[in-house]
Amino acid sequence: FRCFSSALTPDLKNALDKVVTSNKVVLFMKGTKDFPQCGFSNTVVQILNSLNVPFETINILDNEMLRLGLKEYSNWPTFPQLYIEGEFFGGCDITVEAFENGQLQELLEKAMCS
Amino acid sequence: KEEMGVTKEQVESSLTSKLKPSHLEVIDTSGGWCGASFAIEIVSEQFEGKRLLERHRIVNGALEEEMKQIHALSIKKALTPEQWKQQQESKKI
Repeated sequence: FRCFSSALTPDLKNALDKVVTSNKVVLFMKGTKDFPQCGFSNTVVQILNSLNVPFETINILDNEMLRLGLKEYSNWPTFPQLYIEGEFFGGCDITVEAFENGQLQELLEKAMCS
Repeated sequence: KEEMGVTKEQVESSLTSKLKPSHLEVIDTSGGWCGASFAIEIVSEQFEGKRLLERHRIVNGALEEEMKQIHALSIKKALTPEQWKQQQESKKI
């Protein structure tokens, strides 16, 4: 199966716009928050859990078009992908680094209080 | 088959030709369970004035072809030569 056209259809783009703006924190990941299916996704789930922040997770393994479309939407090639207040924040490394230097807590606090 | 193909050497050579790093370390962390994965430390002048997210995007972009087959890329360090020098010096103390 080869796909030469864009996976990010206008419908998918609209749906993603809605998901990332109607939730303050959204994590697109492999698996679910209760059952992460990859170590990198698990790391970000654990960080968000430890910060006690409410977040939505979306399992990209459920839907191949979603998985492909998201890579274009975020301009980011791998998962997990974390969105905060409608904006792409980063993947696992960036989230870990921001957690360790306190920037993630700061940003989430701001997001929760806005 | 899709999983075949990307080697540490390929990753190194793409990064070297595109980002002209003054320091580069690529570690193959595949180890089996999720697929091809690499950890990278890279120092390049092209990161000058760029935030971390933008630096990572530059690295991802340089590996656009390889990323189709890479499961995970862990960018441990993406530093400017100046930041790298400071880090090396602080280690000596």
